[in-house]
Amino acid sequence: MLSITADKIDSLFELIGTKQPLYLPVDNNTGKADFKKWEKGVKLSSNLKTVRSAKDFFFPKTEHMVSYTMKGKEITMEDPRKELEDFVVFGVRPCDAVGFTVIDNVYLHMNPVDSYYKNRRDHGTVITLACNEPAKTCFCSTYGIDASLDTDKNGSKGDVSCWLADGKYFFEANTDKGKKFVEAAKSALADGDAKAVEAAKKDIKDKTEKLPFAHLDLSKFQGKDMLKIFNSKVWDKVSEACLGCGTCTYVCPTCMCFDVRDFDTGTDKGIRQIRCWDSCMYNDFTQMAAENPRHTQKERSRQRFMHKLMYYPMAHEGLFSCVGCGRCLESCPVNMNIVKVIKAVQETDDIGGDK
Amino acid sequence: MQDKLIARAKELLAEGKVQKVVGWKKGLFEDDITPAVFSSAEELDKDFVFNKYCAANLSKYLVGITRKIEIAKSTTRMNNTMAKQRDPNAQDAPIPQEHVLVFLKPNDTYSFTQLLKENRITRDDVYAIGVPCQDTLDGGDVCETCKNKKPVSCDELIGVEADVTPVESTRMAEVAKIEAMTADERDSFWKNEFSRCLRCNACRDICPACTCEKCVFDNNKLYTSQKVAQTNFEESLFHIIRAWHVAGRCTDCGECSRVCPQNIPLYLLNRKFIKDINEIYGDYQAGADMESKPAMLTFNAEGDPETTIVWDRSHDKEAE
Repeated sequence: MLSITADKIDSLFELIGTKQPLYLPVDNNTGKADFKKWEKGVKLSSNLKTVRSAKDFFFPKTEHMVSYTMKGKEITMEDPRKELEDFVVFGVRPCDAVGFTVIDNVYLHMNPVDSYYKNRRDHGTVITLACNEPAKTCFCSTYGIDASLDTDKNGSKGDVSCWLADGKYFFEANTDKGKKFVEAAKSALADGDAKAVEAAKKDIKDKTEKLPFAHLDLSKFQGKDMLKIFNSKVWDKVSEACLGCGTCTYVCPTCMCFDVRDFDTGTDKGIRQIRCWDSCMYNDFTQMAAENPRHTQKERSRQRFMHKLMYYPMAHEGLFSCVGCGRCLESCPVNMNIVKVIKAVQETDDIGGDK
Repeated sequence: MQDKLIARAKELLAEGKVQKVVGWKKGLFEDDITPAVFSSAEELDKDFVFNKYCAANLSKYLVGITRKIEIAKSTTRMNNTMAKQRDPNAQDAPIPQEHVLVFLKPNDTYSFTQLLKENRITRDDVYAIGVPCQDTLDGGDVCETCKNKKPVSCDELIGVEADVTPVESTRMAEVAKIEAMTADERDSFWKNEFSRCLRCNACRDICPACTCEKCVFDNNKLYTSQKVAQTNFEESLFHIIRAWHVAGRCTDCGECSRVCPQNIPLYLLNRKFIKDINEIYGDYQAGADMESKPAMLTFNAEGDPETTIVWDRSHDKEAE
């Protein structure tokens, strides 16, 4: 298997990063990490998770969709979509990679295809990095995601799989895009003994099995009791402390709702249309001309968790729209999160289910 | 301490003095505590927790809770009046009475008092118990330089002294450091901090001073409504406008920084305003008491310097 020693990884970044945009997790001045574009001197973070998920690369927080200008009765339209440069994202965790699969199902595999999303998706090469030290807040294994990148259920392997084992980074291409990357990186890579990778995989599997939420009970979320869960009294309690801030939706790798806004450019009656992340936590989400169907934070919280655990899997062959990355466990200002919701629903006695 | 608080809460529930208890609820781990409302002794025994991770300031939840209590009262009063119009002999339905117990750490009592002052909480609906900051509570710089150690506006205290002399605080040291920067340095300092901003609104939504019915940033009828940044530096506008809006009302509770998923030191913006207000108009501590007049609403043409940012800064430079 092709590999590079960990202390030489910067030379690989240089080789790739000077030819095309390369993004990797980088520590900021507070010790937390976010994806940053590689440039000379930029160091790969040793943090397990970035604060923001990797979804930004394909579904950015704001995206310019179209501009209009009007001169007299002439309306001109400008499509800002350009041919994107191919780019590489290094160090995507397996859970985040499955997040892309969750979004793909809606934006790529349904009609119509979201051409903005597709454009970015086509040009991005994803290099997933196995999780040597999963955190106590991780629960990807609940959804069958393999943090060791051994199996490829749900697409966790990305275009290239990468393991840090025995002081070396090992690479294995999974797709054509991945093969292209490995080909381009070849001059920096050397042959390495893949035995170390096998040992690392086993180690990661052992560690994930020992995590507190390695296998959460999801028996009530099997598509049968939707209305019972919807009408359960459990939502009054789990939404009680919610501030409606939207932090959970913004750090979530699978949240993909957006809003569309028009901005007056001030010249030639110009309009600049932008889409931006929206959040079901906000009181204007689903606001319609006459009414808002979700009056309180209880309905909004319920929407978020029902979407992740019931509506989405019912529409997409049982795939949950949560990948167990644990970001909502870490970021919620009042420490409310999907694990607490799953447990509360499983424990409440006003829903049927297998228990 | 936790047992003491639970025991006292149970007592007040049993006496019928309160019907609800606002406190902290156990999480999945020791450190992920959620604010919660308890209404029975069983619930308290099962989930109530008080430890060094109970950082959450509970005062803001009282805004919604007391509002509901007051609405129930006024609805009954109105129904009674209407019933009398239909039938002069109609019996008045009893006005529902509900009281809520809240536990407040010394710093949280300032937020509580400030909200009382702004008529956002109905005092009679609340029974407030002052509790100590658990010694090892780690709120970073905000805690280390906390000035609000004397509990105010409480009905009773458990484990905390009523009259604490504030220790000489170094809370403006960081602000002074930033003030000493050149304009360019300051610009790049804040740009770097704000560049990480997600615009998730956690800072606004946790803030006890932010209690507008409809925030200017959420009002779709206004141009300010933005989930999207129009310029690269827009996040800073959000934070600076927010800081201006709570100027003179911010009690320096530090919740904005505590909850920021990106660790942006937002408290420094608020402290800058506190520092300026203290220097220009004299010492003022928001939420310290019910009597003092709000600093920003008491301009006095006789005594107060009619300063502006532009004037003040250029004046400083001339003096140097």
